[in-house]
Amino acid sequence: MPLAAFTWTEFAQQIAAGVREGAIYAGLALAIVIIYRSTRVINFAQGEMATFTTFIAWSLMNRGLSFWVAFPIVLAIAFAGGVTIERVLIRPVENAPVLTIVIITLGLALLLNGLMSIIWGGANRQFRGPFSTRTIDVGGVPISVQDIGIVVVSIALVALLALFFRFTKLGLALRAAAVNPDSSRLAGVRVGWMLALGWGIAAVLGAVAGMMIAPVVFLDPNMMQTILLYAFAAAVLGGLDSPAGAVVGGILLGVTITLLGRYVGFIGSTLKLPVALLLILILLLIRPGGLFGRVAVRRV
Amino acid sequence: MSLLELESVGARYGPVKVLHEVSLTVGEGELVAVLGANGAGKTTTLRAVSGTVRRSGDVVFEGHKLPRRPEATARAGIAHVPEGRGTFSELSVWENLRLGAYTRRGKIRDDAKRVYAFFPRLEERRDQQAGTLSGGEQQMLALGRAMMARPKLLLLDEPSLGLAPLVVKEIFEALARMKEKDGISVLVVEQNANLALAHAGRAYVLEVGRVVVAGTSDELRANESVRRSYLGY
Repeated sequence: MPLAAFTWTEFAQQIAAGVREGAIYAGLALAIVIIYRSTRVINFAQGEMATFTTFIAWSLMNRGLSFWVAFPIVLAIAFAGGVTIERVLIRPVENAPVLTIVIITLGLALLLNGLMSIIWGGANRQFRGPFSTRTIDVGGVPISVQDIGIVVVSIALVALLALFFRFTKLGLALRAAAVNPDSSRLAGVRVGWMLALGWGIAAVLGAVAGMMIAPVVFLDPNMMQTILLYAFAAAVLGGLDSPAGAVVGGILLGVTITLLGRYVGFIGSTLKLPVALLLILILLLIRPGGLFGRVAVRRV
Repeated sequence: MSLLELESVGARYGPVKVLHEVSLTVGEGELVAVLGANGAGKTTTLRAVSGTVRRSGDVVFEGHKLPRRPEATARAGIAHVPEGRGTFSELSVWENLRLGAYTRRGKIRDDAKRVYAFFPRLEERRDQQAGTLSGGEQQMLALGRAMMARPKLLLLDEPSLGLAPLVVKEIFEALARMKEKDGISVLVVEQNANLALAHAGRAYVLEVGRVVVAGTSDELRANESVRRSYLGY
């Protein structure tokens, strides 16, 4: 397959598109990492939770609310939903083997998917995003306002979370509960609630990712399925234990597969995913902990 | 009235009962030691107080029965420095200290200054990951973290374990000053009976989960069997 002539402008555009893809993966990967760190569980329902909350946003906007009015309402609903899921579904099996909990999250994914089909139907829906799709000139490269908006919102969210985890008492307690629940209890931290809070935050991250990507793709109950695969890959790439790794991994993955799809002739859009996964496999053979997976230093 | 009272407290790990009807008291401003061989139930006694093990009998603190939840124990004003010190090795020294003050409201800078006055080395290593500290520094951090909570009662599990004699001396001196200055009561578990009796006012000796001897430190030092079994002279 002959390639179109290479231009730096187009290359820059592809990078921008890759960063936008990657920002979405990063958000979802971060959600996966936050839950994994505190409970050692991979939440397979993360994608469906995100799509479900995006549908809620769609319904609100259908009733005449503007995007930025619906946005905080949906985040609040997502947070409450995440906390409730942990309390109702995960808490009772807290001490069960990890596999049991994984199966529960898979079941939850199927349940939410079915619910969405019942409530909103399986058809594609147009989701009007907050950003215009016209392009503006950034240093000689035309980039769509939507892409910039998605990246800015994602980065702002990640930065807010980082500040929260680093500088607030509650954020510190969340981290402490994740790494050492027994000592956290002795310090007076209510560890059970910290886990629920982690699910709430993960649900909020998913909701933002969903509302950002829905205008780019179409909204349907399966919207997040492929994206979730990429997000898993991004989380593993960064190191499942590292929130920073999830963000870097997401953006790296987004850029890599966008460039591969565009410039490596035989790959195109169909082979992007397997090739990306192959690259990750090779990287994990060299660095089993992922890019940022730390080996904790311990002395006795 | 005693600050802490254990009334026939038992404890078990699964089917194995390790404490049988242990009764003991700790008064205001007192340093009380629990002595005994490995497996006598010393650590479990502390865990029964903080509620980190299944227990029977009553644990009464300031006249109220304590619920069997570690978070509630912490909030009631009991700081438990567990076996293995319980520091958060992934977090920095400063973050560990902040967690110590988790149950409290208000400013904690002054409390941190007090901790640093006791253990200046912690201030030098403020931003270092706690897991990279030496054993002695980790024990200082564990004590510092407990101080941050401004507890009324401190439960200390083998503070001398694995530490050099000089460091042990430093830690016990800090403990004595804490007791003096802040009126903190201490219940300390020690294998090193000589060390414990040198600092404690009273002590209990545990054997296979029961209190076999109790008394002031002087009485215990004078006790023939205690001397032979635990003091080694």
